[in-house]
Amino acid sequence: MAVFIEYLVAALILIGATFALIGSLGLVKLPDFFQRLHGPTKATTLGVGGMILGSILFFTAVERTFQFQEFLVSLFLFITAPASAYIIAKAALHLKIQHNADDSTKKESNDSNTSE
Amino acid sequence: MSEQREHVTLEQDAILTKKKWLPHPFLSVNMLLIWLALNNASMGHFVLGSFLAIGIPYLVQAFWPQAVRIYRPMLLVQYLFLVLVDICKANVIVAIQILGPSKKLKAKFFEVPLDVKDDFTITMLAGTITLTPGTVSAELSPDKKRLLVHGLNVESAEEEIELIKQRYEKPLKEIFECSTRSS
Repeated sequence: MAVFIEYLVAALILIGATFALIGSLGLVKLPDFFQRLHGPTKATTLGVGGMILGSILFFTAVERTFQFQEFLVSLFLFITAPASAYIIAKAALHLKIQHNADDSTKKESNDSNTSE
Repeated sequence: MSEQREHVTLEQDAILTKKKWLPHPFLSVNMLLIWLALNNASMGHFVLGSFLAIGIPYLVQAFWPQAVRIYRPMLLVQYLFLVLVDICKANVIVAIQILGPSKKLKAKFFEVPLDVKDDFTITMLAGTITLTPGTVSAELSPDKKRLLVHGLNVESAEEEIELIKQRYEKPLKEIFECSTRSS
């Protein structure tokens, strides 16, 4: 039983780490600023979520102490991550950072429309 | 129009002058619970937490005139699960998109016309859009009627807008803004 739980914990932590890695890769690899913004939002949701689930499972099953604080980590992340992403995106729009998007719906499209 | 604005400022003045104890009961209870969870729950922390949970909302109520009301708590729970499942599903999709060729991605801005009017509901909607990978909410129009969203891979903006409105905005509207409160 304990071995099974250890495998489960390992799997959860690996899944979380993988998503955090892919999120960071996206930050490096994607071509423009607004696309790169999608990387970190992933890393905070499933990446940290998976690691925290693994940690909770480990402490309840193996150490026999239930740590409620760990839920708060993800709670605060889920509240603050959209706020920071929103502020970064707003700042980027304000500075008219170049993007490859097809911006037919965007208001000030004339001078930010580049690089097709 | 100006009459309406006057009405609002009068209302705010009334709030500024007449302070209420416990202006946000939900917030106070949540603050106390989070305080107890952060520190190991004990009688001393219960007293300190209660003091903070009553004192802080009392002091900041001028910044936050309307208390958040939850009209349908069961739907809120259902909504949270829906969002969690969507986060998991969309994460896998976006991971594949990141690892795949990035030339094929059709990144796009699109504007979602908003039906919800309350600041808090709009915040919840924008947060949900950002947390579900593949879309990031970028800007709210000054009149709070449209939300600019950036999608990583958008086949058709209309479909995406319809999805956001049906899947996230409709339940949020029912949870936090009942149809009776239309102003």
